[in-house]
Amino acid sequence: MSADRSFPRPGRPTRRALLASGLGLLLAQRLQAQGFAGLGQGGTGFALPDPGYRLRFPRDHAAHPGFRIEWWYLTANLTDPQGRDWGAQWTLFRSALDPEEPRAQAWMGHAALASPEGHLSAERLARPGQAGVRLTEAPTRLEARIDEWRLTGDPETRMRVSAGGSDFAFDLGLTATGPLVLQGDAGYSVKSPGGQASHYYSQPFLKAAGEVQTGGGALPVTGIAWLDREWSSEPLAADQSGWDWFSLSLDSGAKLMGFVLRGASRFTAATWIAPDGRATPLPDGAFRAEPLDWAKVAGHRLPLRWRVRLADPRPEVPALDLEVRAIRPDAWMPMLFPYWEGPVRVSGSAGGIGYLEMTGYE
Amino acid sequence: MIGAAFRALVSHWRRRRLQLAALITGLALATALWTGVQAINAEARASYARAAGEVQVAALPQITRAGGVTMEDFYTLRAGGWLVTPVVEGRVQIGDRSLRLLGLDPLTAPAALRPAAMTPETLSRLPVANGTATPATAPRYAAPDIAAEIGAIAAPGLPPGLLVTEVTAAAEMLGRPGRLSRLTLLPEQPLRQAALADLGPYSLSPAAESTDLGRLTESFHLNLTAFGFLAFAVGLFVVHGTIGLAFEERRPMIRTLRALGLPLRLLAALLAAELTVLALIGGGIGVVLGGWIAAQLLPDVASSLRGLYGAEVSGSLTIRPVWWLAGLGMALGGTWVAGAGALLQLARLPLLAPARPRAWARAGRRLARLGALAGLVLLAVAALALGVAPGLGAGLLWGFAGLAALLLGAAALLPFLLSRALALGARLARRPLAQWAWADTGQQLPGLSLALMALMLALAANIGVSTMVGSFRQTFLGWLDQRLAADLYVIARDDAEAERLEAWLEPRVEAVLPVWRIAATAEGAAVSLYGFRDDPIYRQSWPLLSALPEVWTRAARGEGVLINEQLARRLDKAPGASLSLPGWETRVLGVYSDYGNPNGQVMMALDRLVTLYPGADRRRFGLRLAPGTAPALRKALTETFDLPPGVVTDQATQKAAARGVFERTFLVTGALNALTLAVAGFAMLTALTTLSGMRLPQLAPVWAMGMGRRQLAALEVLRALGLAALTFCMALPVGLALAWALLAVINVQAFGWRLPMFLYPADLARLFLWAMLAAGLAATLPALRLARRPVADLLRVFAGER
Repeated sequence: MSADRSFPRPGRPTRRALLASGLGLLLAQRLQAQGFAGLGQGGTGFALPDPGYRLRFPRDHAAHPGFRIEWWYLTANLTDPQGRDWGAQWTLFRSALDPEEPRAQAWMGHAALASPEGHLSAERLARPGQAGVRLTEAPTRLEARIDEWRLTGDPETRMRVSAGGSDFAFDLGLTATGPLVLQGDAGYSVKSPGGQASHYYSQPFLKAAGEVQTGGGALPVTGIAWLDREWSSEPLAADQSGWDWFSLSLDSGAKLMGFVLRGASRFTAATWIAPDGRATPLPDGAFRAEPLDWAKVAGHRLPLRWRVRLADPRPEVPALDLEVRAIRPDAWMPMLFPYWEGPVRVSGSAGGIGYLEMTGYE
Repeated sequence: MIGAAFRALVSHWRRRRLQLAALITGLALATALWTGVQAINAEARASYARAAGEVQVAALPQITRAGGVTMEDFYTLRAGGWLVTPVVEGRVQIGDRSLRLLGLDPLTAPAALRPAAMTPETLSRLPVANGTATPATAPRYAAPDIAAEIGAIAAPGLPPGLLVTEVTAAAEMLGRPGRLSRLTLLPEQPLRQAALADLGPYSLSPAAESTDLGRLTESFHLNLTAFGFLAFAVGLFVVHGTIGLAFEERRPMIRTLRALGLPLRLLAALLAAELTVLALIGGGIGVVLGGWIAAQLLPDVASSLRGLYGAEVSGSLTIRPVWWLAGLGMALGGTWVAGAGALLQLARLPLLAPARPRAWARAGRRLARLGALAGLVLLAVAALALGVAPGLGAGLLWGFAGLAALLLGAAALLPFLLSRALALGARLARRPLAQWAWADTGQQLPGLSLALMALMLALAANIGVSTMVGSFRQTFLGWLDQRLAADLYVIARDDAEAERLEAWLEPRVEAVLPVWRIAATAEGAAVSLYGFRDDPIYRQSWPLLSALPEVWTRAARGEGVLINEQLARRLDKAPGASLSLPGWETRVLGVYSDYGNPNGQVMMALDRLVTLYPGADRRRFGLRLAPGTAPALRKALTETFDLPPGVVTDQATQKAAARGVFERTFLVTGALNALTLAVAGFAMLTALTTLSGMRLPQLAPVWAMGMGRRQLAALEVLRALGLAALTFCMALPVGLALAWALLAVINVQAFGWRLPMFLYPADLARLFLWAMLAAGLAATLPALRLARRPVADLLRVFAGER
């Protein structure tokens, strides 16, 4: 009966989609089936996202153990001296196991390196002694760690990120070139027409420089990076099966975050971020993404080319018609909960690069 | 035509029900023993396969530190990029069950190590946070047959006798919170990791020498397989005899059928079809019987394997379709092989040839000489395999090949030796009747030789195995008396209790003998390191095989260590040799015998152990008491410390337990032995029945000269007894050679210890009587038939005289 406190089951979406975690979903269905729907969302005993909550930093860089799930999610688009594209992903998931026992936390880490030779990835599971997030203030220093993988520093100034597996490693210095961005309504990000939500902010303005290593020696790389922070306790709506999430950095210096929640109906949300960091949250439907090409990757049929459009009457939001294409089709993450995550290139009415995550494709 | 011919052929079995019964029984027995042994082996191997994942992980390298590793070390190493997984091992008592406890981390343990049910998804039920672990809240996993009884979750993949739980909960259950048995290094390590020395005083110890249960127990299974095969071969002698008889008796019918125009090909096909049907019936019965035998013997086999190797084998049998196929296949193949000779003879038979036993006998003599030659070659091979191969480091398989060659060679030699002995007898005989009897026996020999070979194999196996078991028992019990010299043994629940116990005991006993220990790796071999406190008891009774002078004094001063025979053989160490232990380059001072334990052991002075390995398990003590005070002290100890049962054991209980393990170990061998002898007796019965039908023309003239039917019958029994006695005489040296090979070659290879060989004349005499009884019984039935034979039958022999 306590299955709700565990990691989602394989085959279900992850990351933001951890919100939609398979077991969370199952639990929600079971509660309804058993007539316990009246218990409401507070029935799990975990803290719930609050639209009135005001994010404050550096406090909110740290963990929120009262919430069931949380992540520190960094992606980087990199280039080596020969001009070849690389991509790096560093993710730490926290999963609270017991609302009555805040110490009972399980941690999961995913790291990946999209290299010209192939997509390399590694996964770690950990108990609290092995992993965790520490924050000291004045000066701000965040330390998020699982085993030897680390993300340290201040998201508003300088950070360092390192991780690796048996066949790859990366170690990058990150410098902030812009402010933190609150997603949704001042950091309260709605995930379905039913009102499920999370707390969500990003640091999309990061310059990256460091080194990557595959089998041979280390190689210097430079590029840009994007940090996402999100926490919640709520499952998605019962009919939502997967997620397509885009984080795009345009050549103009503007950024676009947008996602499509696939279900009986589609729910989209997006944030237009001007080059100076001013964010405009966009309502359901303003952001549209349609698959153009499908391909079979690791036994799953996935859309690897998209048409992404932005249409909003407000003057600060440009009308966009973009083609988003996976740089490497093989960016499959063969984890406990598998998904596709990799670097993309943007063309059309604006050029750019970014990251795409696709979950829930059978 | 076909139908009529088939009915005619089959009508024979209706008239000769006993023969049919003999054929089916022989086949069934042969198949049953074979299938039974295969079933036992398959079950045991399936159990090992289940344990294999665990063994593989145990064979991974470890990271160690002086004083033992804790959860803190786990975190430190992980933070430095060293992917290790924590393991806790020990024994726990739940109810009246003593179980092996394995504590694992479901998040970092490789899937091969975890029970399938223990996945990261079960996390929600695991105390993963520091300080939240309690044995009560962590789920436990055990094999389905005991899960309900001990309140565990049924995990079908687990070997019996194993309890798996979360690692910190396991440490709590064992009374040593946070302390780990080991940190196993996972096969995949990250590209970048910190230097081990920067993380702390850690050292990387290579994988322990593979203790693959499959390999370790292979000798036991080879042993069983050899027995199964022997029994099958003996059973085939029965089948061969019966088929031969049926062909012989049906010869007039076959002649008639051929004369009526039945083609030879069709006739042969009909006979082959008949054999196939009979083989399927006999084989089917045999497989069922084999399953039953296996079910009866399996619990004993399971306890043998547990006692000898610590291998847990489920005591219950699963029916596997593969036995059915294998059993029926063996039955079919065996029957065809046994019937091939008869069919060949049929093909070559001139249409109207009469039976010519004398000619057979002459052909038989040629065969005997050929057999003798083959036998000598096989014996030479046996001598080579048993005498030379082990010295060259060749393994167990060579030992068994040598045994097979020895047995087969001796069997092949048997007809020749018997015919020589009979010829000698005939030459020494003076009276005509005696001369006739010797010569007549010689003539019977080719027909009987297969049955006699079977008897000899069964007898030799019996002699060999009973001598081996007897020698083992005598040595083992003597050793047990020496080794279990202390009067009481105490295991405290944790170190603190151990300290209180020791303080309380010190003034009340003659001596407290700590038996502290820790597992380690010495020169690549997994060993248990024991600490001992110098005491006269060791000098008086410890079973030393070889030692330097003043061994105990020097060992107590910390000048060196004593090791057990297994380790001495494995590392090739004699007293005086150097030995590297973790953190200590030392010397071997003595070697002691340590039967019934597959693992290496090292004994060192207690203070050495404590200084070198502070993490040693300090909970065990032996107590030396004034005579007669044991029961009172035991009672006082139990009451003062409120100890659960099983914590204090006395010497007698320990010895009885050890003896029990030992006796069960060889129960299976004994049972198979008896069954094989029974089958051999049956083979003789069918062979003699076959012969008695054919021998009328030889007996009739003797009867006509005035010898009574009863006398003739008595002579027949006597002859059978004489042949059996001769066979026994030849089985004796073969059996003793077998025993020697088992003790001095196979045991050393399989278990790592060599045993002295003792002879048991009383056992041999008893076996001789059994052999005589079997032969006598086998001869009685045909003899009775002869004694009751109508005179007209004997007269009719002369009616056909040309």
